[in-house]
Formats: sequence, structure tokens, C-alpha cells
Amino acid sequence: MASALYPTDVTWHPVSPRLILVRRVGAMAVVALTAAAGCAVVAALGWPGAAAIGALVSAALLGWLWWVIGRACRSWGYAERSDDLLVRHGVLIRRLAVVPYGRMQFIDVTAGPIARRLGIATVRLHTAAAASDAGIPGLPTDEAARLRDRLAALGEARAAGL
Amino acid sequence: MSSSPPALADADRAGAEPGPLHRLHPLSPVLRGYKYFVGALGVASVPDLMELGVRRALIGMAIIAPTALVGGLAIAWLSWRFTWYRIEGRELHLESGVLFRRSRRVPLERVQAIDIVRPLVARVLGLAELRLEVVGHGATEAPLAYLSEPEARLLRTRLMALAGGAEEHALPPDEAILARVPTRDLVVSLLLTGEVVVGLPVLLLVGSGLFVVDTAAFFVFLPVLALTALAVGRVLVRRLLVEYGFVLGEAADGLRLRHGLLETRTQTVPPGRVQALRVIQPVLWRRRDWVRVEIDVAGYGAGDGEQLVTRALLPVAPRGLADQLLSRVLAGADVGTAPRRPVPARAAWLDPVQRRNLAIAVTPQVVVVTRGRLHRIVDAIPLARVQSLRLRQGPLERRLRLASVHIDTAGRHVVTRAAHRDQREALVLVEEIGDLARAERHGDRRGGQGLGGAGHAGASVTSCRDGP
Repeated sequence: MASALYPTDVTWHPVSPRLILVRRVGAMAVVALTAAAGCAVVAALGWPGAAAIGALVSAALLGWLWWVIGRACRSWGYAERSDDLLVRHGVLIRRLAVVPYGRMQFIDVTAGPIARRLGIATVRLHTAAAASDAGIPGLPTDEAARLRDRLAALGEARAAGL
Repeated sequence: MSSSPPALADADRAGAEPGPLHRLHPLSPVLRGYKYFVGALGVASVPDLMELGVRRALIGMAIIAPTALVGGLAIAWLSWRFTWYRIEGRELHLESGVLFRRSRRVPLERVQAIDIVRPLVARVLGLAELRLEVVGHGATEAPLAYLSEPEARLLRTRLMALAGGAEEHALPPDEAILARVPTRDLVVSLLLTGEVVVGLPVLLLVGSGLFVVDTAAFFVFLPVLALTALAVGRVLVRRLLVEYGFVLGEAADGLRLRHGLLETRTQTVPPGRVQALRVIQPVLWRRRDWVRVEIDVAGYGAGDGEQLVTRALLPVAPRGLADQLLSRVLAGADVGTAPRRPVPARAAWLDPVQRRNLAIAVTPQVVVVTRGRLHRIVDAIPLARVQSLRLRQGPLERRLRLASVHIDTAGRHVVTRAAHRDQREALVLVEEIGDLARAERHGDRRGGQGLGGAGHAGASVTSCRDGP
């Protein structure tokens, strides 16, 4: 993580490792469904050997996704500074978002079915700019609630007009 | 159902003194009915009728046209009967709707700009539409169609005074003309665009070449060629219609932009509502040193797609004039002379064409980003308007230890990116711009210019609906 792209004088909080599980389950579901559909088509057309190739491709894809998701999820990090929130992520394309508390318009906390079961949620900050994008996935539910309340309080205190 | 004003939205604000209720101009149903009429004719138009043969088509038209006219007028008249507006405290209240009543409150300190639009027919009748631009929701939040022209101007003055925090004394503010765009310059500037100077000759060349080589093929492709030429022409004609007679003025309540050939529009943008400015110089304008200045105001949305809106602050102007204007709009910040920081030479691997023009300049009030080779673009963003900053580094940039800095504002069309900076410098830039923006924001809050806390912006426009 030590890289000149991100500020090093702040404490970066990682997101919950449970995010990896959520994403992997999701990826697995998509691959399995696609594979099943492929199998059905192959069975209907009656191509011998295609099923084996399909299984191999699916397995390879799954393995690759497994690895990528692990890295991608570990790349997430956020830091609360006195006046702004920093969010970083990305493996291939690395991004850092700096959102001043005073610019926040509203905050979303969302969680899908699997994430909810595992007790994690996504906190997303919205500013008046459509392009600014600071979402933090994979926060434990209570941490997400704490962050939301803290951000809302800070936003209220530092609010500025457009 | 009676046509008395609905009480549903008024119960909770006993403290604020309600202003008198106003109706829109009595001629507005005529104008709006005429619109419905044209719309109905469009729907029932040519393809269906042509199948019936000319005589029956004429009879059909003779039935449909008056029905549509009467129906349109009736609907418009009903909706006019049920529409009111009034100013209450610092809010504009709009009550409308026949079956589904809508009561809308627009807090005036959130208003980003006010336009007075006068379509051709409205001009003939002496009417005008007042449009309030508020952030969010895409479309214009509060169109008042139509008011008499003097009434629209008076109301604008009052609303602007309220929006700017002044007490409600509606003095007509004096207006100083800052710039006027001569029609000749506008036409020449439109003709000196790539589409005309390169596109049309290429089109002609392709056409004539095809004609000589293979006449049959020429006639096959003729519609395509004609359509392309038409598309180019349409863009130009549109620009001419919208930006004709451009006058930029400055009044006490903000910048005043006036333009339009058939439909005229007067935009009023308060100081401090300018999210970003963009100066564009196409290559063919370079010899005359002309530039186009565009302005980005939050709220002019995608919902206004069919409206004849322009982003121009000045469609064409000599650079000297444009620079003066820029420093005026940006409260003294000098865009031209701020020291530009170039990108490192290795950025040429990613963008050899633009590399020499990629630069950023940061002053205490404004950040300036330049790019483009033939089509030179300079973005100027007041630091007080910066919403958030982003750093992005793609795989190639990482190889070259470069990163791009994105500067986000609430505007919609000026997207500013300082591309391919050295990655260490990019981080320093983010910190620097962030600190300066924070200082400006605090100054802004004390100065009371950008009124309205962001904390409650979710409720920027309140509106309730009530079924029949």
C-alpha cells in the first residue's frame, strides 16, 4: 500500500474482509448461472466435448475472479481527516477521492441481501457534483452507522452553499 | 371542486406573512392552447392521413384541427384557472393542477439563475415566461408561463433581490453593458468552424468524385450526403438563432445575458453562482485571436434539451475582452497571467498531441486547467465552487509515475481534468487545491454569498401533490 499516489500522513482504515466473501459469492453465482445456460445450449445442440471445455473455462474464470476480487477488496481504504474524507481504491486503475465534509449533500447507506446477512454495508457520500464519487463498501453495519452519523454531523457543522 | 386556492401547503407557515396571490397572464391559455394544438396536429399528421387520399385527408384535417384547437384551449384555460403564484417570505409558492393539485415552494436563496424566455408568438402578444433554475431534478423547477413582459421583469428583480438576501425593495437595478457581439462577427465565427471549412468541402469533393466515377452510385448516396450537409447546417443555424444579438450586461443582481433571434432569452446569473468558465479557441479563430467563453451554472439541466439554451457567456470575442470579462466574473482573479505548470515530458508517451498544452495554474481564488492542441480549451474554476477532488491513475500512467487530477463542480458540462501530472505533484496539487478551496469556502460563508446550507439541500424544493 505504500505508494506515493496516496497521502501517507493519515491513518487508512481498511474495509471488512467479509466484503471479499460477498463479492466472491456474487461472482460465483454469475459464473454458475452463465455456465448452466451454456450447458443447456450445448446439450440442446449435442456437441461432444464442449461441456468439458466450458467447465474448464468457467473454472479458470472463477479462479481469476477469485484472485482479482481479493486484491480489489483489499485495495479499499478510507481516512477521516479534520475537514475531508479520503477514499482510495483500485488495483489496475487507482483512484483517490477527497470529499470535504462541508460539500456533502446527503449520505446513503445500502446493503444487498448477502451483505446484510454478513453484516456489512456501503456508505456513499453525495455532493452537488455528479462526478464526485465517494462510496465505501464493506463497512461493518455498526461502523457504517457510526460513519454516517459522524459525517452527517460534520457536514452540518461545516456546511457551505453551492 | 372549487377554484379557490388550496390551503394544504399553507397551514404550517402561520408566521410568514403571505403575499397576495397572483394569476398568470390571462392570455397565457391562448399561447399554451396553441402549443397543444400544434402538438395534436403533429401527432395526427401526415403518414396516417396520406393513406386516406387527399380529399379524405383534407376532411380529416378539417375535423381534427378545430377539435384540437378547442380542446387545447379548454385544457389550457382550465389549467390557467387553477394556477397561482405568490411570494411568501423568502419563498416562491406555486399552486397548480386541475385534478392532481401541486403546491410547490421554491426557497429563493437556492435559485441559481432566472431566465426570461420570449418565444416568437409570446413576443407578438407582449408576454414572457419566467424560469427559475434550481439545482437538481434536471428540468427547470418553476416555470411561470406566461406573464406580461413588464411584470416578468419586475418579478425577476424582486425574486433576485430576495434570492440575494436583500430586503424586498424592488428597485430596478441599473444595468451596464459589458459586451455586445456584432452579427457579422458571429456569422464569421460560425463559418470559421471545422464543420464548414473542412466538412463541407470534403462533402463536396466526395460528392463530385462519386458523380464523375459512378453516376448511379452518386444518386444512391445523395440522400446520405444531403443529410450530412443538412445536419451541419442545422447546428449552425441553431447557434445563429440562439446566439444572435448577444448582449452581456451586468446589473446589481448579477450577470445579464440577452440573446436570440426569434425566441429571445434573458438570463440572469447572480455573482457566485458561476460554477466554472471555459474559454475555447478553435484553430481557425487563432489568426483573429477570437475566443468563445462558456459558463457553467448548476441547474441548467438535461431536462431542457429541447429548449434553445446556450452555454455561452460570449459566443465570440477578442481575447482581450474575454480576459477582462473573466477577471470580472471571477472577482479579480487573473486567468491569463497565472503561472502555468506544464506536465513532465514523459506525458508525451500518453498524449503526444496535447502534451505541450496540458497545464494547470493555481491562484488563491481560481484554478486554471488548459488542454487541446488545435481546439484550445482553458477551464477556470473558482475555488469557492470546488465540490470534490479526485485522483486517478491508470495502468499506463502508473508505469510513467503520472496521475490525473479531477476537479468536480456542481456544473454539468465543464468537466475538468488536469491530465498526466507527475504523481507526487498530483498529490500535492490535491492538497493545495483542497486547502485553498476550504479557505475560499469559509470566506464565502462569512461573506454570505452562496447562501443556503448544504446540510438541508435534500429539501431544496418542497412540493406536495394531492389527488382529486
